[in-house]
Formats: sequence, structure tokens, C-alpha cells
Amino acid sequence: MRFRAKIVDLACLNNFSRVINTIAKLAKTCTLRLTVCKLYFILSDKVANGGASMWCELCQGNFFDEFQMEGVAAEHNEIYLELMPENLSRALKTAHSAKAVKIKLTNKHCPCLRVAVELPSLSSSSRIVTHDIPVGVIPRRIWNDFREPTVPDFDVSIYLPVLKIMKSVVERMKNLSNFIVIEANLSGEMNLKIETDLASVTTHFKDLGNPPWEDECQSSAQGRDLESMAEARIDIKKLQQLLAGQQVNPTKALCNIVSKRIVHFILLHEDVSLQYFIPALS
Amino acid sequence: LSRIGDELYLEPTEKGLSLRAVNSSRSAFASFLFAPLFFQLYEPGGPAPDTDYFRCKVHMKSFLGVFRSLPTLEKSVGKCLILLKPRTSRLVLQLHCKYGVTKTHNLAFQECERLQAVFDTQRCSNCLCAPARVLADAVVHFPPTLAEVTLGAGPGGKISLRNYVEDEAEPSKTMVTELWLAEDEFQSVTVSPGSSITFCLKEFRGLLTFAEASNLLLTIHFDEPGRPVVFTLDDTVLEVHLVLATLSDLESSSLPPTTNGVSHLPTPADDLADDLESYMVALETSTCGGASGGPPSPTFPLRAPRSDPEEQEDEEDEDGAVPGTPPHKKFRSLFFGSVLTPGRPGLAPTQEVLAEDSDGEC
Repeated sequence: MRFRAKIVDLACLNNFSRVINTIAKLAKTCTLRLTVCKLYFILSDKVANGGASMWCELCQGNFFDEFQMEGVAAEHNEIYLELMPENLSRALKTAHSAKAVKIKLTNKHCPCLRVAVELPSLSSSSRIVTHDIPVGVIPRRIWNDFREPTVPDFDVSIYLPVLKIMKSVVERMKNLSNFIVIEANLSGEMNLKIETDLASVTTHFKDLGNPPWEDECQSSAQGRDLESMAEARIDIKKLQQLLAGQQVNPTKALCNIVSKRIVHFILLHEDVSLQYFIPALS
Repeated sequence: LSRIGDELYLEPTEKGLSLRAVNSSRSAFASFLFAPLFFQLYEPGGPAPDTDYFRCKVHMKSFLGVFRSLPTLEKSVGKCLILLKPRTSRLVLQLHCKYGVTKTHNLAFQECERLQAVFDTQRCSNCLCAPARVLADAVVHFPPTLAEVTLGAGPGGKISLRNYVEDEAEPSKTMVTELWLAEDEFQSVTVSPGSSITFCLKEFRGLLTFAEASNLLLTIHFDEPGRPVVFTLDDTVLEVHLVLATLSDLESSSLPPTTNGVSHLPTPADDLADDLESYMVALETSTCGGASGGPPSPTFPLRAPRSDPEEQEDEEDEDGAVPGTPPHKKFRSLFFGSVLTPGRPGLAPTQEVLAEDSDGEC
């Protein structure tokens, strides 16, 4: 089982750092799945995460100049690692002016991802900073726990408002309440509501647009009254973390609401897709 | 200085005005000596001859409060007068500003004895000298919250900096960051290979910020683990010393934990085992349940630090006299000079029993 990768291009490096920073805001510990073509950051919906789960997918070719991977076995050419994305984020934090960043899976004292940052220096040789990030190797027999989640049978699918605005609204609401209700309909209208003993606050968004899905996914939404709202009450912190982690505006941002069950967020960038599921609370 | 202690010690001498601070656990000490030439006017002593120059200490926060906003000060203050008035028990800080405005601050002070950490850079067998910027650039890769860092001399004349991981922390959970500085980045390197010391990063960072801003050369003197490390900055009108206690584990932390009973010096080359085949085989065939079940990772052999007999005697005396908090973890307290030893930092008396300076006892 081997893994070696290298990033030489600064733009790719910054891009990769941004992805890692986003992931670090969403999960303290997560699973990194490596395949020949892609990297996945996965958080499965355990109780410890408050039931939230995440699936983030990147094409390695968009980031790495070199990428070599040998999985656990020929017919299972993949590697699953458990790690703390915050460590990776910290390792890349001071690599802005790096000449190259190499990542390698090693087993010196325990399995680690060794991130070696080569920086320019005034001396004859480059400055090399290495960060050994401890990882847990996840055995094949439990890989099934980390399968890609399916798009739920949603009631309403709607594009999100401009994330910056949504973030500042949610951040202020967070000061007043621990829970927020997201409701939306198929006429492009979304409301964010909180309620406390003393006040209830609602922010209305309209003309957001509803994404067109293929017929088979729309079973619950088909024939649905356009004005009728699907709603879910979720932990406001989870929503705030998701929005705070977005450092760049996504190309597409939408959410699927299964009334009173779950909210499924999809954020698409050019080379990264992020799905985040927040379960509804009663 | 405020990063080290809560009290600012002012000690005028003929060599200049010395500002000093020490931390509560006596494991960090710094002194800034401003030569008379630094000042427009410098009168260290009162009119009465044969009296010791007056020494005092003030609350760091009170003193800093006078110089709160540096950009504003630079624009509006023409002169600053510092005056010690023993009879009224006040330290006067007078700022002469533009437009005829004079701001006078009267700070209460406490008389005190000489604050002097005992150290002798001549006795340190290792010495490094580099522009402060080189070390500041290196230290930036460590997280701001990191407590201790290990500085070591590796093969090929390279100098390493690595975050220190406590014995109690699980090695399989802690990220280790390491970087190497080439010999030619330093102005001079005199070290014995394999030597290393571990010290607190916080105070060191403070010094680096100051040194970088003033574009000064930083010299690091160190000896064995446990003996203090001395950082000095030298300028025509300013002499700075920062003395930090170092971790005194008997086993030097520059050597990585042994694997298979063979220990080797860390190398910057990346010829590491990157093949986890054997680990995976063990993992797949293990009968332990759970996500991370499998063979336990090779653990670091835990070594209990034994106290150095030579140090113990002195430390007992230290402990007996120190009224403050006990030393932080395994850092030994610095030796502090007795009241009776005059002279500048650097001329240390013998390492025998040294009395703690007694604050405020006259």
C-alpha cells in the first residue's frame, strides 16, 4: 500500500489548501479515501457528529502534478485513512510560497502522512519543512461504512442564496437560537426562521430558482404544489460551520429538503464537489 | 519583556539602564541594557556618593500603558523623561508632546534587590549565530499555541527545529513538524553533533519579533539539556539577553525513539519506509474488532526522567527559597544571583549554593 503525490503549481496548492480548510471546519476527524483518479473526504453519520455527514470529492488531476497510489490489493485499489483535517490544514498553512509540496504515506513509528514543504531559502539548498500527520489505516472489511450517500427522496430542491449573505444572516441568528428552520418551495422561495421566547425572526429569500433534476429523482417533488413549503429544523451551528467554511463562491450551491427529515446541501466548484447532510431535529 | 513577566525591573548602572523581567516559575529571564549613549541624557545615580544605584520594579501593565499606541507616540511625542523619585516613591514618566502638551505619569514602584539570572555564555559548548529573520522564518511553521520546541544539531552541520511532544501525549495522535536549517544560513555554527535542547517557544518568539524589527543578529548559546539556553542580541547601544530553562530529560530528545532497538540520528532525506504492506497484512489478519483494530503501532519507549544529582542540590535550594509557583513541568528554575554579586550578566560566580533574590526585603 503506497501513496505519493506532489503539487508544484502554486494556484493548485492554494486551491487544495482551501478545500482542506473547508473540510477542517466541518469535521474534527474524517476519512480520506484515495483512488487512482480521485480523493474523497468522508464523514459518516455517526451520533458523535450530531448525525451530520459529508462527502467531498476531488479529481486528483486538478490538483496534483504527480499522483501515485497503490491500494491494499489489486482488486481493491484504494486506500482509506482516518485523519484530522486540521493537521493537514496547519501543514499547508505556511506553504504559500512553496516550490513544491510532497505528500507521502509512511510508516516510521506509526502510519503517517508526511507532508514535505519545499520552500525557497537564501541558502544554497531549499528549506524543507516536514509535517508528520498521524493517520489510522481503515481495514477493508469496514469500507462499506463509507459508501457514497444517495441523493435523498427530496420534497423541494432549491438554489441557495448568495452564500455571503446567507452566512451573515445565519451568524446573527446563531446568537439568538440553537436551532434554525429552513423552509423552501418549488417557486424559488426560501425562509430562514428562528424562534425564541421573546422573538421570532424570519429572513425571506425569493427568486432563487429551483434546479431541474432528472425525472427519477423527483418522485416526491412531482405534482407538488408549487407554493407549499418543505421545512426542516436543524442545528444552527452545523449550518453556520458549512457556510463559514466556504472561502470561495461555489459555481453551484443548492439544497434538497426532505420535510422534517434531512437537508442535503450540494456545493459545486470547478474541481471539487461537496455534499453535506444535516438531519432534522424534532 | 511583558511576554515574560508581570513586573518590570529597572536597574540603572554606570553601563546603562537595564530593564529586566522574570516569569513566575523562574524559568525565563530577560534583560535589555540600554547604554548611556542611547539616551540624550543619562544620570544613573543620585547626588549622594557611595550609594548603590536605586533599583525598583513596577507593574508591567502600568508601564506599558504609558506607551500604549506606538504610531501615535511616534507622531506626537518629542521627548520622554524617566525619573526615579525615591522620596515620593514614584517613577515619573513624562512625555513631552507637540503643541506644548506634557503628559506626566506617576507610577508606584516597589524597591527590590538585583534580579540576575546566573548564566555564563563562556561555559556553553554550543553556539549559533544567525540573522533573527532566519529563525523567525523557521518558527512560523509551528502553530502559535505550541509550547515547546527542540533545537538540535544534526548530521552535515544542519540545525533542526522540531515541536516537542510530551511523553504523556500519545505519539500516534500528535502531529510532528520538523525543519532543517543549513549551515550556510548561519553566520557561525559551533555545535557538537547530536546535541539538542528543548525550550519554551513563547518567550523566544517574543525576542524574535523584537530582533527582526531591529534587524539584529541573534546568538544562541547552549550546553546540555537542563542547562539554560542564552539568546543574545548585540547592538552598539543595546545588549539583550534572554535566558530560558531547558528540559532536562536525561535522554536527549534529539534522538528519535528506537525502532527495533536501533536508534539513529534523524536525517533530512526522505528515504523512509513508505510501504505499508507488512502493516496492512497484520491489520487484515488481526482478529481485533473496531475501525482501528489491528496491531498496535510501535510505541515510543517511555523513559522516566531521573533528576541529575548535580542539579538536585541546587534545585532543592531553589525550591526552598522560591515563593512562587513550582517550575513548569520538568524545567528547572534558573539560578539567580545572590545580592552580593555585583557585575554584569555573564560573569557568573561558581555554581554552588546561590541565594534567591529576595524581593522587597530591605
